[in-house]
Amino acid sequence: MAQGAVIPTDTMVGSVKGRSLWADARARLFRNKAAVVSIGWLILMALACIIGPEITGHRYDQIYTEYSRIPASLTAYPKPEQITPAVERIGSRLRAKPEGIAVEGDTLRATFVGQRPIDERSLAFFSRSDMFGEAQVTERGEEGRRLTVEVPIERRHFYFGTDTNGRDLLTRTLFAGRISLSIGLLATFVALVIGVLYGATSGYLGGRIDVAMMRFVDILYSLPFIFFVIMLVVFFGRNFILMFIAVGAVTWLDMARIVRGQTLSIKRQEFVQAAEALGVGTKGIIRRHVIPNTLGPVVVYMTLLVPKVILLESFLSFLGLGVQEPMTSWGVLIADGARNIQGAAFMLIFPSIFLVSTLFALNFIGDGLRDALDPKDR
Amino acid sequence: MLSFILRRFLSAIPTLFLVVTISFFLIRIAPGGPFDLEQPLEATVMENLKRIYNLDKPLIEQYGIYLWHLAQGDFGPSFYLRDFTIGDLFARGLPVSITLGSLALLTAVLLGGTLGSIAALRQNSWIDYVVSSFGTMGLTIPNFVIAPVFQIVFGLMLALLPVGGWNDGSVRNIILPVIVLALPQLAVVARMIRASMIEALRSNHIRTLRSLGLPTSVVVLHALRGASLPIVSYLGPAAAALLTGSVVVETIFALPGVGRYFVEGALNRDYTLVMGTVVLVAVFVMFFNLLVDILYAIIDPRVRYE
Amino acid sequence: MSSWLKRTTIAAFATVAFTGMAAAQVVYNRGNDADPETLDPHKTSTTYESHILRDMLEGLMAYNAAGKVVPGVAEKHEISDDGMTYRFTLRPNAKWSNGDPLKASDFVFSLRRIMDPATGAKYANILYPIKNAEKINKGQGKVEDLGVKAVDDRTLEITLEQPTPYFLELLTHQTGLPVHAASIQKHGADFVKPGNYVSNGPYVLKDFVPNSQITLEKNANFHDAQNVKIDRVVFQPQKDLAATARRFEAGELLSTSDFPADQAKALRERLGNQVRTSPRLGLYYIALNTTKENLKDPRVRQALSMVIDRELISEQVWGGAMLPAYSIVPPGIGNYKEPATVDFKDMSPIEREDKAKELLKQAGYGPGKPLKVQLRYNTTDNNKNTVVQVADDWKRIGVETSFINTDGKTHFAVLRDTNDYEAARAGWIADYSDPQNFLFILESDNKGFNYAKYNNPEYDALMDKAAKEQNLDKRADILKQAEAIALKDMPYIPVLFYGNNNLVSNKLQGWVDNPTGFHPTRYMSIKQ
Repeated sequence: MAQGAVIPTDTMVGSVKGRSLWADARARLFRNKAAVVSIGWLILMALACIIGPEITGHRYDQIYTEYSRIPASLTAYPKPEQITPAVERIGSRLRAKPEGIAVEGDTLRATFVGQRPIDERSLAFFSRSDMFGEAQVTERGEEGRRLTVEVPIERRHFYFGTDTNGRDLLTRTLFAGRISLSIGLLATFVALVIGVLYGATSGYLGGRIDVAMMRFVDILYSLPFIFFVIMLVVFFGRNFILMFIAVGAVTWLDMARIVRGQTLSIKRQEFVQAAEALGVGTKGIIRRHVIPNTLGPVVVYMTLLVPKVILLESFLSFLGLGVQEPMTSWGVLIADGARNIQGAAFMLIFPSIFLVSTLFALNFIGDGLRDALDPKDR
Repeated sequence: MLSFILRRFLSAIPTLFLVVTISFFLIRIAPGGPFDLEQPLEATVMENLKRIYNLDKPLIEQYGIYLWHLAQGDFGPSFYLRDFTIGDLFARGLPVSITLGSLALLTAVLLGGTLGSIAALRQNSWIDYVVSSFGTMGLTIPNFVIAPVFQIVFGLMLALLPVGGWNDGSVRNIILPVIVLALPQLAVVARMIRASMIEALRSNHIRTLRSLGLPTSVVVLHALRGASLPIVSYLGPAAAALLTGSVVVETIFALPGVGRYFVEGALNRDYTLVMGTVVLVAVFVMFFNLLVDILYAIIDPRVRYE
Repeated sequence: MSSWLKRTTIAAFATVAFTGMAAAQVVYNRGNDADPETLDPHKTSTTYESHILRDMLEGLMAYNAAGKVVPGVAEKHEISDDGMTYRFTLRPNAKWSNGDPLKASDFVFSLRRIMDPATGAKYANILYPIKNAEKINKGQGKVEDLGVKAVDDRTLEITLEQPTPYFLELLTHQTGLPVHAASIQKHGADFVKPGNYVSNGPYVLKDFVPNSQITLEKNANFHDAQNVKIDRVVFQPQKDLAATARRFEAGELLSTSDFPADQAKALRERLGNQVRTSPRLGLYYIALNTTKENLKDPRVRQALSMVIDRELISEQVWGGAMLPAYSIVPPGIGNYKEPATVDFKDMSPIEREDKAKELLKQAGYGPGKPLKVQLRYNTTDNNKNTVVQVADDWKRIGVETSFINTDGKTHFAVLRDTNDYEAARAGWIADYSDPQNFLFILESDNKGFNYAKYNNPEYDALMDKAAKEQNLDKRADILKQAEAIALKDMPYIPVLFYGNNNLVSNKLQGWVDNPTGFHPTRYMSIKQ
């Protein structure tokens, strides 16, 4: 009997350990295929955004003036039909007419004929252009009025096209991901933590405290947000941390309301009353019983919050608090693209694909998390 | 319950007072005033204007004047649309925004609720995935992208509906804006209903109903009651936001709602208009939160307010 | 629910009936930049207000379809030899929309009203050339002393402070429009409401729905009513330019007062010659704060100006809707000759770059000590794209640029009230066609407008001299000298000249592109 009494105690200790909320949830999350694939996708996306801008062959702020708003293409620029006009443009700078423009592989050969001797220094216009390299004179004639040159053509790839200023959109989209992902995830996380704790506390404590806490939320909700942002910019200048504060200040409010609503119902349920009867403290009840049971709607709301935050950032940029040129974010790129939807749809499509696929992944992870954390589902 | 509602109304007064006070001073600290233009005004002209609008008085006195007028229900004249008082602007704009917002809300709740319930009943079937994907799309693609796409497709390519304009609220003119407004809400409602329906369907009382062999419709109705709690707490603030208009939708579709005033008022430093919007939001938010709390108690008998 | 349905059905029928009725009526749906702040002409200041007001009210002088100054209410005028007194004879058939005759005393009332400080007129200073106007507006004189007198019902005499060669043009401005005294006395500030508004122009106010539309209807009492072909003008504010262009494309608007310039190319492909661009009297510039350590040296400012590729910005960012600027005063302005231009205009980009590097080196900047400039701008797409391009040009000569962007109100408040900026984007649109209206912004005592804090006594002296010069030819030469000095000192980098950008339907006849950008509806008609 004495021995027998020892064994269950041991088993109990072991079982409590084994069924801890988080370890259990992790195991269940990793059994969810969609969630695992999504986590993989997110990691891939994050890696692409971190490493990508370094290996695309373009800097995110490099301007190619000759390639403004060119469509996405798998083949290299310049396209054959762009070369002749470009050479003619340079010709007009040289005050000479180009003749016999021929392209062999990556080399351009052309002869310039001018009324007066051609200033060879002006051949620098070739290397200034984004299409060509250094020009070599192969033949001079007619006292310098005739000049045959050989110029290497510089092939460049713009897989996503370029923006109005002529910057590579692939590089910029990847670069933008750094900012959007970090603000999207971090700000949402902050909103989540504050909102859930605040809402659960307010709902569980109830009564006057609930009223006061919720009125505080109402006040924050009603304040003119734009002025709040303008004030931050005016008094503290641009600052990445301020951006989080501004976003965080508005996004946790809805979260708090939702969690409080759930809590009102949960706190009357038998298991909470049981815990109260067992003398578990308020903190413990909120942490162990209330919060885990609110996670369903919280996760759904969280997946709503991430796109909201990412797009909010582009509005902050407008007011001068968000990212600053030449840096950029998905929100800014998509807002730019939306305005160019009829002339240059590629400016909208590619950043949108990145944003949408990321949010899809987050959604699946969210669903997986909810299922994994659901206390009733064990 | 009645005393609860009464107490809430009473608590609204200090809340409003705080909101008004904080906002009043906050917006005055921001640089730039209502009469600053890109082409600046002559100094004397500016003084004349400031005198007329009481802007030359000490801030605290201006605050007193504003409160006094507000207490009488007078929001004051607009600084930017000077032929109108803030009351005029809201009287004309609110019906537009409320019409659009409530239609969108209705669409979102009915359609989103139906889709969400179907998805929950057929969990992990193709319908479920379609609804989930659709919901995610609705959430993800911003309205300033969807709205132009709709204008191009339905207004220009198919030429079925007007691209923009209010046209005294003609049905054809409000179809596109209502859909654009409803989509993200619809998505949230569908997802939330699905999530909480799944939970509700597993609960003991629904299992009992099912085991008793009741028709699915009855089971769903019972499950919906339990599942609607998070939706209600989401819809409270969402309704307040929807009914007070959307800047993006009103701007793109050229609609005369109040949504634009939130941004335009702030960017134009139209102090009285901003204060008006602040009060408007505060009232809507508090009203809908009260409504939500009452609904909680009706939906879930376990919720009680002492 | 059923009553809602019923109402909707009725509304739908009403719409059908109304459309049927409207077919008989010629309606012009006209896009306009924004809603007017007010329809009280004396309190307005912007061009988009002017578009509406000039359709409703007619001043002594007016613009015709081509933007030329033509007789308005005054059928003829005489100017005294010293250029100080203007005598106007009003049309015998000039009437208000309610049938009241329009008298010279109406103009006396109106001009006194705008100068009265109690009115709070934003642009009263436009009419400061009138004798005693400035004093009265500053509260230092009585309105009765204003140099405006009704000799009899049809004769008005205006005396000036000093000869002002562009005075007739000033009278076309919305500040010179008359208001109906009796309705102001009766309704007070509400005289601008539909139903109360009495006007003397081709149209009368029918309805004003903020954020939606302003409807004007033909005024049967207008003196030229028989030639007014459009019965109803509906001004619609265009907040989102891309969406407005789509509304135009769908035929919901017959003209717009702007289009998204960065999409000009795509628009031209879709809409062809309905996309209109013409030069306008306006300058888009970068102000360089001359009190700042890094921008104090004129050589540095020259260098910064020199390397900006204006053609590229004009084409790429603005789709040709703005033109490269090499002078402060736009070409084609009245009372002027060819403007003075920068001396690097004809240099090639390579030469400019070398010269700029040399200037920077002289000023003590180079690879070891790069020039750092902070560039402020108010956020709009095209401003953003422009400054990005400018910074790229500056990078070629080793200048490091950082940006600060804010909303417009903050931006201009910082420029006006603080010294907390180095380089800043700004713009100036002429109020009247005269070089003085561009050059006075750089006078050292012009506190509100001189964002560069430019202070050159020589420049100020020339401006004073020009103000006193009565011979237009000599005056133009003096002003040109002043402009040349400013371009040498380069407190403002002229970047672009504004354009008038419109979408104009092929159905709309009688629209003539002109530098004023004003297109009175009374000269237009609609081809069905």
